[in-house]
Amino acid sequence: MRMTQNSAARRDLALGFIVLLLFGLVTAAFPQFARPSNVAEVFDDSAILIMLALGQMLVILTRGIDLSVAANLALSGMLVALFNKNYPGAGVLPVLLLAVGSGAVLGLINGMLVWRLKLPPIVVTLGTMSVYRGLIYLLSGGTWVNDNMMSPGFLGLVRFELLGLTVLAWLAIIGATVAAFGMRYTGLGRDFYAAGGNPSAATYTGLDPGRMQCFAYTICGAIAGLCGYLWVARFAVAYTDIALGFELQVIAACLIGGVAIAGGIGTVAGVVLGCLFIGVIRNALPLVGISPFWQMGINGIVIVAAAVLSARRREDKRSILETQTA
Amino acid sequence: MAVAVQQETSHPILTLSQVRKSFGGAHALRDANLALYPGQVTALIGENGAGKSTLVKILCGVHQPDGGEIVLDGKHVRVHDPEHARQLGINVVHQECVVFDNLSVAENIFISARPKQGRFVAWREMRKRAAEILKQLDVSFDPDTPASQLSVAQKHIVQIARALTSDARVLILDEPTAALSHREADDLFRIARRLKDSGCALLFISHKFEEIFALADRYVVFRDGASVGDGMIAHTNTEHLIRLMVGRSVEQLFPKLETTLGEELLRVENLSRAQEFENVSFSVRRGETLGIYGLVGAGRTELAQCLFGLTAPDSGSVHLNGKAVSISNPADAVRNGLAYVPEDRQQQGAILPFSIAANVCLPNLGSLAPRGFCNRERELQLANHWIGALGIKATGPRQNVGDLSGGNQQKVVIAKWLARTPQVLILDEPTKGIDVGAKSAVHAVTSEFAQRGNAVVMISSELPEILGMSDRVLVMRRGRVRALLDRSEATAENVVQAATDA
Repeated sequence: MRMTQNSAARRDLALGFIVLLLFGLVTAAFPQFARPSNVAEVFDDSAILIMLALGQMLVILTRGIDLSVAANLALSGMLVALFNKNYPGAGVLPVLLLAVGSGAVLGLINGMLVWRLKLPPIVVTLGTMSVYRGLIYLLSGGTWVNDNMMSPGFLGLVRFELLGLTVLAWLAIIGATVAAFGMRYTGLGRDFYAAGGNPSAATYTGLDPGRMQCFAYTICGAIAGLCGYLWVARFAVAYTDIALGFELQVIAACLIGGVAIAGGIGTVAGVVLGCLFIGVIRNALPLVGISPFWQMGINGIVIVAAAVLSARRREDKRSILETQTA
Repeated sequence: MAVAVQQETSHPILTLSQVRKSFGGAHALRDANLALYPGQVTALIGENGAGKSTLVKILCGVHQPDGGEIVLDGKHVRVHDPEHARQLGINVVHQECVVFDNLSVAENIFISARPKQGRFVAWREMRKRAAEILKQLDVSFDPDTPASQLSVAQKHIVQIARALTSDARVLILDEPTAALSHREADDLFRIARRLKDSGCALLFISHKFEEIFALADRYVVFRDGASVGDGMIAHTNTEHLIRLMVGRSVEQLFPKLETTLGEELLRVENLSRAQEFENVSFSVRRGETLGIYGLVGAGRTELAQCLFGLTAPDSGSVHLNGKAVSISNPADAVRNGLAYVPEDRQQQGAILPFSIAANVCLPNLGSLAPRGFCNRERELQLANHWIGALGIKATGPRQNVGDLSGGNQQKVVIAKWLARTPQVLILDEPTKGIDVGAKSAVHAVTSEFAQRGNAVVMISSELPEILGMSDRVLVMRRGRVRALLDRSEATAENVVQAATDA
């Protein structure tokens, strides 16, 4: 493990260095960027991305992909917004349960289609992405749920500050910690790596890779559902198009964080750093005076560059292998 | 603990009787009988397709038998899945490496029995116990090594180590030495003997007689999905085993036509490609069928792919009709009158979602569409011609190739090449996985092609097919030509001996 850990740890370390460097450069030009309140804000801004990316990581680890996360988020968000509008006195706990529950069901639908019907993940989730978006329209009739229709408790939870960080930020920190521990120290976490690393070997050791995929989609969906509530509460509005296209940022964060699209490889630390990379750039661009539209371009360049680097590394390995087996 | 080699009187740990399994009407196992004794190695011998792999998959719970009995320690069992097999003490070292490259050696060894502290994985204990097992096996790699850095032999050893994490009663070695060097194989046998001495029952599947006689105490021979003979290794010999393996009348199955051999058509001189094959030389005359026999991994397919321009040779030359030709890609090969029917019919031979007509016309579009525009009429005509000529069973030229039986798919692949009137037809395992009737039909087609003054090069792992259809047999082992036998000299014994160095 130490060696595999090493190569993954080296990559995480390099990414961490890049994020720090980026942060340092921006701070050098604009000292206010490093003010604790601004750092807390950048983190708050990245919290939802971090949670979604951790769920997406599970799916990609098991050789899947979930294009429907953002649509799931939006649908679950609309559901809880309408629930809150109609039952403002119910409190936040039922809202949280509803968000997680509806997200998990939507994720389970993806998982069952991939596992039981053996459909390609990209097709399934491209389809459900549109279906879930469509359902939001049916549910809301195309209308918005505004902040004046939401209860103060519903809106206040995410903004509540503890030790200088919002509840939203704390959720991301707790989520990442639990994920890091769970992926390393629980059987389920290790099974995700095994099933994604070599599905046929997994089958021969009595581990059903399809079932693991289904698990991954369900967990990813539950997280997306929770983030649906967090998103709606944070931005204080719910409508059909919230988080439109956000799934691409989530996937980008995973890829920047070193999750292998071929499955089996990826760390929680890497994914969190990938998200922070995107978060720092997103918050620094307006400061530096560059149009935020550059954000996507920069993300794209980083993904392609990372892919080129890892492809070259793979080629080196293969040539070693060939000389060894000679 | 030294357990003396048990005599016939000892009770088997595991017995299979009359186990059957079929896949979509094709019988993989018809009547499989097997008994494994504690402290003994039983060799399972049979040709490709004899049902050995299916047997292994049933024993480790990947497939469920259609009928028959499995008895473990005197009790009937059903092996539900691989995890259940492991709990029963049945462990398999699979032929293709079933190892997780993205995980460490320690985690691979304990993949289905992770040491836990409370509910959490105890990494330190896992590493410690993995190191103990590796030491017990007397191998030198570290439990922290990523499995991706191991050689094939080391990966096999990791699989054996996996068996040692639990109480291994039965260990199945499925052709573990196919890709190993002599020294690596010796290491593996040393470990196998140690397990045997500790009372484990081993099932050893191998094509290599040398190894079978060195390691096994008993044998069982499978042919066409049934066990056809068993006994003690001490009471048998190579010839006897080969006879049991092949044992069927060759003439009925292989309708070889009389041909007159003409002048030399294809000559290959000292063709080499690093790590694939070395100094391969042979020639084929007009009207001749040259069979190429060898075990999996002998370099036959690689040779065919090189001849057809899919890979470039490092050295050597190819001559057609006495003239040296340079073939650097498949298009060159086709222009020079070569055609290649690949081993993997479904991936490389036919385009399954296309119609028969589209498949047959694909390499012939140049002549069918001289001005660059396809002519549906002429395509259907051509397809109809070949459906008739080769007796392809289909509803019509528009039927998708994916809907045809394996034999008819293969005929479509052959038809698309014959329509170009090639001179040399290279066939790689042409009848693999197709039923007996369709096999003879495919053979009739290729034999007739040779009779018209063309050359056929046929690679096959099926001995009767090689013996039945070839005018001469070239035997390869580890990338080199080991024998070139005339039809009269090519007996099962000679060919297998050259292929296995028995």
